[in-house]
Order: sequence, then structure tokens, then C-alpha cells
Amino acid sequence: MKVEHFVEERILKILITEEIDHHTSSKIRTRMDYEILRFRPKKVIIDLKNVKFMDSAGVGLMIGRYKSVKSCGGNLEIENANSKLMKIFEMSGLPKIIEFRNTSELQGFSNEIESILI
Amino acid sequence: MENLKNEMKLEFLSKSANESFARVTIAAFAAQLDPTIEELADIKTSVSEAVTNAIVHAYSGSEGIIKIHSRLYENLIEIEVIDTGVGIENIEEAKTPLFTTKGSLERSGMGFTIMESFMDELKVESVVGLGTKIYMKKKIKSSGKELSL
Repeated sequence: MKVEHFVEERILKILITEEIDHHTSSKIRTRMDYEILRFRPKKVIIDLKNVKFMDSAGVGLMIGRYKSVKSCGGNLEIENANSKLMKIFEMSGLPKIIEFRNTSELQGFSNEIESILI
Repeated sequence: MENLKNEMKLEFLSKSANESFARVTIAAFAAQLDPTIEELADIKTSVSEAVTNAIVHAYSGSEGIIKIHSRLYENLIEIEVIDTGVGIENIEEAKTPLFTTKGSLERSGMGFTIMESFMDELKVESVVGLGTKIYMKKKIKSSGKELSL
């Protein structure tokens, strides 16, 4: 996991680089909550572009972080979840309460290519 | 039933580090059927959910054995995930979307919903005090004949 803090804008950017399951999520959760409580950011952006696998543990992880960010008065955004991750997020209804975005055009493009090929 | 193409059995301790071991192993086995990337992802996610359930609920932190038994047919994979843990009292309730007994651990209650929608068939057999058997089946449509990536 990589963490960037933009002091002036009070934005915390978290890049998750490991697979997200029940085993890895407790470590990810501890680190994220530590950073959130330390900086009390206005906005937290979780970038999932490097996450190749996620199961339902990812949903619990994001709901939990949504709550901890909110309790510090901030907002949570999730970026660049691939189509496999989005399938699980959509099932959970999470996109109704958390903003999901795609920032990299390349990511969107390769997702599209993948869906054409399959 | 079509002709059996291959079969495997796997046994491991209910340690959470084995969640990735189990899904990667089943994916390597399922790859013999030439599934699409999406079909393979569906199988991996479903196995991850079933194995996590066994670790979190059946053995609830204590150590036990989880068994996976898988069979490959022409266009079909069957997977059983078996534990000898506490068992499920009310299977229908456990399968309800968003139902969880472990909300404090940030479990989302989506495990069975994912298995049900990602696989073509899901059967859950459970006896309280004896354990649980999850049976899943998925048709592999592509068999990758016209497309090899």
C-alpha cells in the first residue's frame, strides 16, 4: 500500500497494491484507519488500479472506511476499480453511497477491449 | 453426466493465508477447461468466499481442516468445499443477502450471494456440530476454441 498526503488540500490518497480478501483486509484496514485518524482529511481517495483480485471482504473494507472517513468529517472516493471489482461493488449497492470514478483512460480502454474479446 | 475429464482433492489448515492458496490452485485446475478471464474470476471469487466462510464461521479462529474436491467435465466444473466445523443452523438465513453474524468484523454478508450469482448452481448441506459442505457448479461456455489469448 502506498499513501500520499496533500497537506494544503487535506487530501489523503491511498493506493492499494495487494489482493483484497479476508486475510489481507485486516492489515489494510489497520493502516488506512491509522492514516485517516492521523490526518483527518477532507477527502480520501482509494485507488484500486493495482488490485487484481477482490472478494466480498473488499465491500466490508470500503463500508468500514466510508464510516471512519465520515466520522472525521471527510468524504470517500474510490478510483479505478476494474470490471471484476465493479461487478462485486454493484451487487453490494455501494455505488449508491460512495462515488466511484475512473481516472485513467487507459484503464477504461483496456476494460473495454477485455469485454469485446470475451 | 458427461465424461469425467479430471479430478482433484485438496486439504489444508483453516488459516486465512490459505484463502489465496485455495483460489489460485482451483484457478490453475480450472484453466484446463480453457475458461474466459471472466469465468475464471467468477470461480476464484466463489472459492475465496466459501473458504473464507469455513475459516471465519465454521472454525471461527480455531484450527481445522478444509477440503476441496473438484471435478472437470467437458464444459463444466464441480467444486465442493467441505469443513467439519460448527455447521449452519439456518441455511436460508445465512444465504440472505447482507445477512452476517460477524458485522463487527466488517463482514459484508455477501458470500453466498456472490457464490449464487457467479456460479450456475449452489447447494449447501450443513449439520450443526458436524460441519458444512458447499457444492458449486459452473458451465464453461467458451472452451476457448476460437479464441486463445
